[in-house]
Amino acid sequence: MTDNSTIAGTEQEIVDEFSLFDSWDDKYEYIIDLGKRLPELAAEHKTDENRVRGCQSTVWLIANDREGKIFYEADSDSTIVKGLISMLIRVLSGHTADEIIEAKLDFIDRIGMRAHLAQTRSNGLVAMVKQMKNYALAYKLKNEVNDGYRSTETKSN
Amino acid sequence: MIPAEQILPIDVQHIRSAFPILGRQVKGKPLVYLDNAATTQKPQAVIDALTNYYSGYNANIHRGIHTLAEEATAAYEATRDAVKDFINAPSREEIIFTRGTTESINLVAYTWGRANVQQGDEIIISAMEHHSNIVPWQILCEEKGAVLKVIPVNELGELEMDVYLSLLSEKTKLVSIVHVSNALGTINPVRQIIDAAHKTGAVVLVDGAQSTVHLHIDVQEMDCDFFACSAHKLYGPTGVGILYGKKDILESMPVFLGGGEMIKEVSFDKTTYNELPYKYEAGTPNIADVIAFKYALDFINATGKAAIAQYEHQLLEYGTGQLANIPGLHIIGRARHKASVISFVLDKVHPQDIGILLDNQGIAVRTGHHCAQPLMDCYKIPGTIRASFAMYNTFHEIDALVAGLNKAIKMLS
Ligand SMILES: Cc1ncc(COP(=O)(O)O)c(C=O)c1O
Repeated sequence: MTDNSTIAGTEQEIVDEFSLFDSWDDKYEYIIDLGKRLPELAAEHKTDENRVRGCQSTVWLIANDREGKIFYEADSDSTIVKGLISMLIRVLSGHTADEIIEAKLDFIDRIGMRAHLAQTRSNGLVAMVKQMKNYALAYKLKNEVNDGYRSTETKSN
Repeated sequence: MIPAEQILPIDVQHIRSAFPILGRQVKGKPLVYLDNAATTQKPQAVIDALTNYYSGYNANIHRGIHTLAEEATAAYEATRDAVKDFINAPSREEIIFTRGTTESINLVAYTWGRANVQQGDEIIISAMEHHSNIVPWQILCEEKGAVLKVIPVNELGELEMDVYLSLLSEKTKLVSIVHVSNALGTINPVRQIIDAAHKTGAVVLVDGAQSTVHLHIDVQEMDCDFFACSAHKLYGPTGVGILYGKKDILESMPVFLGGGEMIKEVSFDKTTYNELPYKYEAGTPNIADVIAFKYALDFINATGKAAIAQYEHQLLEYGTGQLANIPGLHIIGRARHKASVISFVLDKVHPQDIGILLDNQGIAVRTGHHCAQPLMDCYKIPGTIRASFAMYNTFHEIDALVAGLNKAIKMLS
């Protein structure tokens, strides 16, 4: 059994699932299915601000935090890209900023996806991962600043 | 033009055997290469010419008196003659080697443009231009305070000629127009466009990046002032472009890049410039690729341009008919005169997904905006899927494309 409570564990789980497919047709069917099942992002979130640059297709990504953990939602006009996002969300959502920042995300290589996608499309994937990590980084910085305020306040009291 | 009944059909299998890359597999399937508008594949003769140059007579040209330099210079200049004949330019001095269509257009913008375009002047382009024929003029207009006017495109993907005629005025300094649209396949009526522009005293540049490989090109008959094209879209190597310009215009233009080769005499007081075409070929040029380009032109000539055009037209007609049978498929660009380029969109399916799934079946098409974002905006689409055919493509490959599309659509729906 793999341990899906950690990022590495979920990555391993995906790698194991992909090892069951013997053709790329099957892999794509699976990714397309994931893409179709990923809930649509509400129209109000499909703004320019939430767009991920560097993709041939349009990708929107938003992040929320609850109890110190980050949760992502995303959408795309490309079903395959949506499937890839769905995997990234499954791996990263619900983890702490530190865990996300440090995530290796080598499952993309291990399932052969990076090599399979033409460079230009792979760049889109890289842009997406970067954006997800940037959210985590921003969240972490924001909290450090807040913590900093709190500690100065304590001191001055 | 030779009447159709006198054109002998081409032997596609024979042609294919001259292109080594066509034998390879992609993702375990035989390659079906339908991205010829982006770049064409190279025949063995072109590949051999590159190796023969480097292993047999590599030398810098025009300067040495030794045997290698002479052989290299002769081969380099032989390509200029071949290009002159290929587009029927009046003289070899009017053929300038550049890096590609993009550089050819920029050369004109930076030299002729800077010298001749003033504040308030107008430059006319069309809504179907490649970014290479938009951005250099935007830069020039911004610098000079000139105005860029755009000929709109109708539903079919044809230029609105009446609007064009109404845009022309004594303010028009230049009309820069694509001969064949890379995104739509439309063949524009350049002869008519040029005649009308000349009547108002404007100069015309024709972007022949896509047309030169498909159509019979005669720059004298066309009467364009400038003509630009790229070797890599003509079965030749990358990194070689052509700028043809009428001699009196080229002679009167200021120089572009300064350096070796383009000078006659240099002193710190005054430098005099070399004659045409060397005036515009500063520095050591792309000798090997220019030399190899001639072999591509020879290959086209040996096959016969009329025969190629006839065959490509058959591919276009067959492809258009077959694709039209696919439910939910819409062809973007249905001009009455078209080169062998088919752009299309599919209901509810993103072009990129189709591109990925076709690639997985060994089929290479182009997806996206084709460096023509303003055109995509006209049609209110983010991009298309584009299949573009060359002389080595087959009806069987079109069947493979149709089967591939049907499979991709099924997977996605
Ligand atoms: C119509 C058109 N113009 C210009 C260009 C630019 O050619 P190059 O990239 O070879 O400079 C292209 C290439 O796609 C083209 O299709």
